Amino acid sequence: MTTLNSILVLVATFLAVFWEAAFDGIRHFLGAQIDLLPALMVYASLCCGLATMTAVAVIGGLLFDTLSANPLGITILPLFVCGFVLYSQRELVLRNQLFAQAVIGLAASAIVPLLTVLLLLTCSTAPLLGWGSLWQWLVMALGGAMATPVIFQFFELFDRALNYRRTAETSFRPDREIRRGRK
Amino acid sequence: MIRRPHYLALILVVFLALVLLNLPGHAVMRLKLAIGSVFVPLLGLSNSSHQLAGEASERLLPRSELLKENETLRREQQQHRFESLQTEETTRENARLRQLLGWEQKAPWKLKLAKIILREPANWWRTVQIDLGSRDGVRVDLPVLTPAGLVGRTSAVSLTRSQVVLVGDRSCKVAAIIENETRDAGIVEAAGPLDNSLLTLSYISKDAILKPGQRVVTSGLGGIFPKGIPIGKIVDSRQVEYGLYTEARVQMAANPGALEEVWVLMP
Repeated sequence: MTTLNSILVLVATFLAVFWEAAFDGIRHFLGAQIDLLPALMVYASLCCGLATMTAVAVIGGLLFDTLSANPLGITILPLFVCGFVLYSQRELVLRNQLFAQAVIGLAASAIVPLLTVLLLLTCSTAPLLGWGSLWQWLVMALGGAMATPVIFQFFELFDRALNYRRTAETSFRPDREIRRGRK
Repeated sequence: MIRRPHYLALILVVFLALVLLNLPGHAVMRLKLAIGSVFVPLLGLSNSSHQLAGEASERLLPRSELLKENETLRREQQQHRFESLQTEETTRENARLRQLLGWEQKAPWKLKLAKIILREPANWWRTVQIDLGSRDGVRVDLPVLTPAGLVGRTSAVSLTRSQVVLVGDRSCKVAAIIENETRDAGIVEAAGPLDNSLLTLSYISKDAILKPGQRVVTSGLGGIFPKGIPIGKIVDSRQVEYGLYTEARVQMAANPGALEEVWVLMP
């Protein structure tokens, strides 16, 4: 993980928040806007360092709350909790598998809005909730599940294009060479 | 495996979130304004790309269609001019009668056109952001409307842009009257999270006679919205709270999903 990757992840976070506020097409068709931040959080927690993961949660949360009617800072905690759990278990996750990426994206995209709404209710604000919210929650979770593998592929592509590939270690060891014949 | 730096990061983030959530209102406002300014270049880019797309589509339109559209607009303009003359006469008559009766004169509406620049990214609020701010004279709690009807009110204002909370959000309730024989009053509030063009008109008298299609307009109570702005039309009604009062579903006159430009009613 290089500094360039971290910068790319943060730029993607910034663009994802802007996209959510500027483009309304999905909401027209499905009745809910897809949140890309949990999917980015999954990528940051599985493939980046602790500092980048924390930065994505803090910056992403702040940017999201700035463009939203949410109280400032409310989205930071759900994003960070989700990223923190994944980061602490990252050795156990098969992060290169598409299915694993989609399942983790689904879980993260389902948990983050749930925690945010719980926090909003705790802060005595009155978000617009009803039976239709279950549909919105489903759309957000499935949207996140689809977006997560795409985000992994996207960053993999960038990584291949912009970073030097580490040369694979050869299995040849001169001290284990079998010399034939006599000197 | 969780190590010491992980706990440190956790404590720091929790501390930061708690500090932000406990900041006073005006500090949050300033902070939101400062953070929101990072989107200004992207807003400009998005605006110019929309303009380019619009110009490109205009160039692709055939001349015959443009001429046809021009003719339709000319006819509409003439019709509006006659209507305007008639309205002016009615307004003058109204002013004269008010003067005779000693009633307070009604000031004409001052409207400012605003473009919708951003929409609410979260699914549990209904807000939009417009490109007018405090430098254009906008302040909190000004009515926002379209030619079709009421849209909402300004809820937060920065120098160059403002947040508009739409009718149908939990924090935008409107006192309304139904244009029926008894002119029953009620409160327009949110209906549900999915269909953003449906509203609920609550606390209507249990004896009210409601029919689908009856118009609902602002009552002028509450001090924010002037009287007579169309809100929508009644879809259906039912008795609630064991027949204590009636509740009606209202189809919004303005389509909140297709908003591009709105008018801010200036003080």
